[in-house]
Amino acid sequence: MCLAIPALIKSIEGQQAEADIEGVSRQISLQLTPEAKVGDYVLLHTGYAISIIDPAEAAETLKLLKELSEAS
Amino acid sequence: MRGSLRGADAPLFQIFPLPCQGRGIKGVGCKINSMNMEDKILLAHGGGGKLSHDLIEQSFLPHLANPILNKLEDSAVFELSGRLAFTTDSYTVNPIFFPGGDIGKLAVCGTVNDLSMSGARPLYLSLSFIIEEGFAVADLKKVIASIKKAADEAEVTIVTGDTKVVNRGSADKLFINTAGIGIVPERVDISAANARVGDIVIINGNIGDHGIAVLSQREGLKFQVPVPSDCAPLNKLVAEMLETSGNIHCLRDPTRGGLATTLNDFAEQSDVGIRIEEDKIPVDKAVLAACELLGFDPIYIANEGKLVAVVAPDDADLILKKIKRNKYGGEAAIIGEVVAEHPGKVVMKTSLGASRIVDMPVGELLPRIC
Amino acid sequence: MKFVNEYRDPELGRKLLDRIHKRSRKHTRLMEFCGGHTVAIFKHGLRQLLPDNIEMLSGPGCPVCVTAIADLDRAIALARLPGVIITSFGDMVRVPGSHSSLQQVKAEGADVRIVYSVQDALAIARENPDKHIIFIGIGFETTAPTVAASILQAEEEGINNYYVLSLHKICPPIMKALLDLGEVRLSGIICPGHVSTIIGSHPYQFIPDEYGIACAVSGFEPLDMLLAVDMLVNQIETEQPGVEIAYRRGVKPEGNTQAVRLMETVFEVADANWRGIGVVPLSGLQPRAPYDKYDAEKKFEIDPGPTNEPRGCICGSILRGVSTPLDCRLFGTKCTPEHPVGPCMVSAEGSCATYYHYGDDNV
Repeated sequence: MCLAIPALIKSIEGQQAEADIEGVSRQISLQLTPEAKVGDYVLLHTGYAISIIDPAEAAETLKLLKELSEAS
Repeated sequence: MRGSLRGADAPLFQIFPLPCQGRGIKGVGCKINSMNMEDKILLAHGGGGKLSHDLIEQSFLPHLANPILNKLEDSAVFELSGRLAFTTDSYTVNPIFFPGGDIGKLAVCGTVNDLSMSGARPLYLSLSFIIEEGFAVADLKKVIASIKKAADEAEVTIVTGDTKVVNRGSADKLFINTAGIGIVPERVDISAANARVGDIVIINGNIGDHGIAVLSQREGLKFQVPVPSDCAPLNKLVAEMLETSGNIHCLRDPTRGGLATTLNDFAEQSDVGIRIEEDKIPVDKAVLAACELLGFDPIYIANEGKLVAVVAPDDADLILKKIKRNKYGGEAAIIGEVVAEHPGKVVMKTSLGASRIVDMPVGELLPRIC
Repeated sequence: MKFVNEYRDPELGRKLLDRIHKRSRKHTRLMEFCGGHTVAIFKHGLRQLLPDNIEMLSGPGCPVCVTAIADLDRAIALARLPGVIITSFGDMVRVPGSHSSLQQVKAEGADVRIVYSVQDALAIARENPDKHIIFIGIGFETTAPTVAASILQAEEEGINNYYVLSLHKICPPIMKALLDLGEVRLSGIICPGHVSTIIGSHPYQFIPDEYGIACAVSGFEPLDMLLAVDMLVNQIETEQPGVEIAYRRGVKPEGNTQAVRLMETVFEVADANWRGIGVVPLSGLQPRAPYDKYDAEKKFEIDPGPTNEPRGCICGSILRGVSTPLDCRLFGTKCTPEHPVGPCMVSAEGSCATYYHYGDDNV
């Protein structure tokens, strides 16, 4: 219910991280996702990571989409 | 078709005393002869006295003087014949310095581009500065150097100018006003009202670079974008396009309000519909990411080195090829066409194949978050 | 963009649309509860592309739109206090209150600053120790935890000039209230995307269980939304309503428990005033002790004056899905984005602004 976009964690210092979105970089807070690691993709909402994106789930969804589109 | 500047006395700069609350300005009695980099612009610099003179001599002349011309006259006098194009603009960009340019470069390119969009060859510019008291002389010199560089690239001459200094708080650091004169070649007839059904819409490259570069430097937004402003003089590009084809109907630079505003202007003034395809609009992926971050649509973001051309269909491919060979046209693309349906409106075909209206933007763009 | 572009594939999209066209037989009414979804649906032209038997309605999913005028008047009154810096997300500043707006008081000299993040508000508080910095807290469960985090950070750093006017609201109670109103018969609900990132999918279980309505949690890209619609069509055609997650890369069934913990540490649930709907019990968030010392409402005494609802504005019934913007007499005439009457036209995610901006389905 609010803008959040995938961002890559480049470095972490305490509860702050440097995030990269296709070359755009910004300092963000990991207070809501303290378990995030460098190399993780997170959903970035107003300067905070609100969750860590699971690449396996992302791939599952794509797989499902392809299956459904073939089924018709 | 060069105009000739009469005599050796083409004027450069004029500094008028500002009627500032009765402060006696003339003959301040200052012994400052050289301005070092820590210096700040004082109200006295606008006073017409010694400090004003020093300002011209040390900050403006070294960059902008035509070696022949060193007298300061009240007006530039020259001869020109043909259809003249005349434009004026004011520059208040904040911040003054941004990745890819500054207010000075913007002032020259913006003016040159306005003239070019009529098909004119830009020739002479005027330049007026309104400087806030306390502005750093070093910054002023940087801006002037940028102006010189941009003017040299565009091959235009700054022939007259003015400087005012206002009290702290009465201006935001530096405002620049320009006027520009150019000559429109015979048989060139370019206007926002000339689009015809069947025409092709071309843009010379990626959209949104300038607006995002400036926004990234603003307080409260704190993000870094690797893409600098696209600020550039387009007069040579336009000249090359005009050499290629006599069927360029509309030209405009999509500055404030972005591509969407320019297309809406064309649609309305020509009373035609315009259809564009989302997938064909060139955008740098970092600029797109910054837009997604802030909730903006790149089609509404300002550009300072772009032009939108509406051209006859038979010449479109040739013109596109020509644009792509220019240093400011590498990412050029055909993005749409002019249609008879929905006159006055711009419609975009989305990647899924649906159509939606592209409206004019409203007010100042606010970052959308929630 | 990674994790975004793959979900925009037009080929897959068209095939999914085909599938939906083939399988959806019943008259289907779907409502989305998320401003981001409202925009995505229009932006991608989904209403045009879906079959005619699927009707799409917008619910009260835009946090700016559902802010009661009285609450906005309070924010404006706070802005007028001396020594105060108001920090706010962008959309709020143009919404007209009873007599003014944040943008207007800014023009009159109040210090009102737009921020992208509540962290920026905290930074302003640090930089201006002699001023009171008030953050106007709007947003649902996506944003509330970030504001909670900012309050905890203020506590940790000993920042004592930072306050929040909490206008935060939560989703499941408003969904229940709307269903209980019984004004619209829904077949399915497109559940919010990033709210669900925080609260998970379990809180929506009462919807199929008690109301027999299908639910699917959706993302924002065209394929995400089509997948959610496909799941809903499937539940509806087979008459097996449940809660499914179409946005699996963004939402886990249990949500983000750390974020929920932060939210519950700082906030407690309280009654809240929803524009056009009225007071909905236990649907809002207020700072709880000992964090109520950051509560702007408790700290500052203000007199916002009498509330004045704009005449003819039907934002309320639009927010409840009972009317569309096209039903409003003021839409496009007295109420436009340049001079909006109600919040649905000001907010970039409001139904009216979206209809106005993207046009209707017949282009």
